[in-house]
Amino acid sequence: MNKLKDFLEDLSNSCGVSGYEEDISKLVIDYFDEYCDESYSDQMYNTVCVKKGDNNTDNIKIMLAAHIDEIGLMIKDIDEDGFIHFATIGGFDPRVLLYQEVTIHGEESVYGLIIPDKDLAKNQEKEKALGIDDLKIDTGYSEEKIKELANIGDVITIKRELMTLENERVCGKSLDDRAGVAMMYECAKELMQLRHQADVFFVGTVQEEVGTRGAMTSSFSINPDIGIAIDVSFGYTPELSKNRTLVVGEGSGLTIGGNIHPKLRDHMVKVGEEYNIPFQYEIDPGPTGTDARAIQITREGIPTLLLSIPLKYMHTSTELISLKDIKSSAKLLARFISSITKDNLEEILCY
Amino acid sequence: MLLKQLSELNSVSGNEKSVRDFIISEIKDYVEDVRIDKIGNIIAYKKGKVTEPKIMVSAHMDEVGLLINQIDSEGLLGFTLVGDIDSRILISKPVIVGDKSILGVIGAKPIHLQKSEERKKSIDYDALYIDIGCTNKEEAQKLVKLGDYVCFQSEFREFGDNLLKGKALDNRAGCEVLIDTIKSDTDRSFYAVFSVMKEIGIFGGEPATYSINPDINIILDSSLEQNKLGHGPILSFMEKGAFFSSEMTKRIIQMSKDKNIPHQLCGFDSDRSDACKMQTSGTGTKTLKVSIPCKYRRSAVTVINKEDLKNAKTLLKELLNDIGGK
Repeated sequence: MNKLKDFLEDLSNSCGVSGYEEDISKLVIDYFDEYCDESYSDQMYNTVCVKKGDNNTDNIKIMLAAHIDEIGLMIKDIDEDGFIHFATIGGFDPRVLLYQEVTIHGEESVYGLIIPDKDLAKNQEKEKALGIDDLKIDTGYSEEKIKELANIGDVITIKRELMTLENERVCGKSLDDRAGVAMMYECAKELMQLRHQADVFFVGTVQEEVGTRGAMTSSFSINPDIGIAIDVSFGYTPELSKNRTLVVGEGSGLTIGGNIHPKLRDHMVKVGEEYNIPFQYEIDPGPTGTDARAIQITREGIPTLLLSIPLKYMHTSTELISLKDIKSSAKLLARFISSITKDNLEEILCY
Repeated sequence: MLLKQLSELNSVSGNEKSVRDFIISEIKDYVEDVRIDKIGNIIAYKKGKVTEPKIMVSAHMDEVGLLINQIDSEGLLGFTLVGDIDSRILISKPVIVGDKSILGVIGAKPIHLQKSEERKKSIDYDALYIDIGCTNKEEAQKLVKLGDYVCFQSEFREFGDNLLKGKALDNRAGCEVLIDTIKSDTDRSFYAVFSVMKEIGIFGGEPATYSINPDINIILDSSLEQNKLGHGPILSFMEKGAFFSSEMTKRIIQMSKDKNIPHQLCGFDSDRSDACKMQTSGTGTKTLKVSIPCKYRRSAVTVINKEDLKNAKTLLKELLNDIGGK
């Protein structure tokens, strides 16, 4: 059995920029196979691992969705000095990019450094942030050589190994949302010890960072009775409002708002309280910025929940989470899944 | 590789112990005498047959970094800058804190919660902090104390065409050239100085120069200016605050030409070495500077070229021989 941290490390260190999830999809299937009855990836590389329920016929379907894609960069141009100019895929604050080490996923993996377009020492406007156009990548190769190794359109990720900090906290480049995938993984392990009637679909969705696109198509094809998105949310840090954030280490956030089925949420609260599992509330009235927004309005509508792992420094290459939050919420998920039966589903969902 | 070890040692300006101990262990069997002066400089004497004129070769061994000045109630660490660091390089970087080498990160506010004007401004270092995963002050105080020095975490590696990347290659590359020369076989006596506290205001080298009182001082440092990597070590005529000995500079240029050692010239180098203080120490010293071309100095990802490093070693050995050696 793989340990949570090893799995998360492998996931976080791997590359799967939105629209380029083929490799990470294979990795996820390799890991989940041990706990699932079947697995496949669809045309968009949405990655589906199915753990069958007890009855095996006409089972209800619960879909868990955590996105496997990550924000990244793409080669826009290679100039005459061999420097690479790039565009962003997903929401990047350009201020987090200066002097990062990167991997260019070209013909082969090429190492590079994000550098300022103009010498920083000669740039006296120190109060001004550098934008994407003020940055470029140095691979140490000439124009001719780098063009043999990489092309316009190749994707680029920041090179960052998962780091272990105090209090079971880890820090890495794409914990949004590989931490969510790891929670599904822990949930699959938990379910090995529990009875559950529902067929559970663990879905690694694609292209969340560019508009929750994978969740639309995967929930359409699976057509679940219940959809649960697992994502990350803003962890509290001193410069943020306490009202809008979750506290790292105190359990995942369970969303309250229009995107969430209220009765289903009440049921999850009940399960959490019954098993004494910590969780927090996240208040978000509108469609959330997660896969839950896409799942909820699929086909004739799907009752949807959202669990969010508190994460500090979102969309930097030093995203920080607590492994404790993943473990506790995986238990909550598993107990919740186990509590849903064909007989009680209708009652639970009844408005 | 020696340079890998040198690069990965954490020795921020004012806290040079680890690099100093390492260098002494490397050179002690090759020198007549080695000592640490009153402010932490290493002064070694390599004995050969030729002792006049008295030559000193120096390289600063410190690096830029951070210094903890606050441990807050939530276990986060505030810091100040050690050396000329641009605050813009700090965000989203891993760091190593204190003697216990505690891993930490400098995070940033998520882009989702920023207003558009915020993104146009850089974030000054005093609005940033280091997160080591602690949740309160007591927990953090068990691992970190005020005054702990902080280094960037950056693994030494090769990349591109013949390039080396690591932290503090400015000026651990100079240190490696000097160590290599100390270990080599030469008839020429010289004093080797590994100086402290250059990055916090060109501070440490002066007392070492005063105590040696050399006739000629060769400074090994890193710079770039308009020069390029891979074109050989840089020989400068002047830099901010110092004029190099024209006699010595001409001599080394001629020698390099004669011996076909790649080199490049720099008229005015805006990057300062220990020169301004060393040159005017005591009764004055004929000073020259040999720089290893180094890109992205004062970041965690300094870059040099392997050939430049090799040519700097050749150049220094030949120069020592040229001034009365074998």
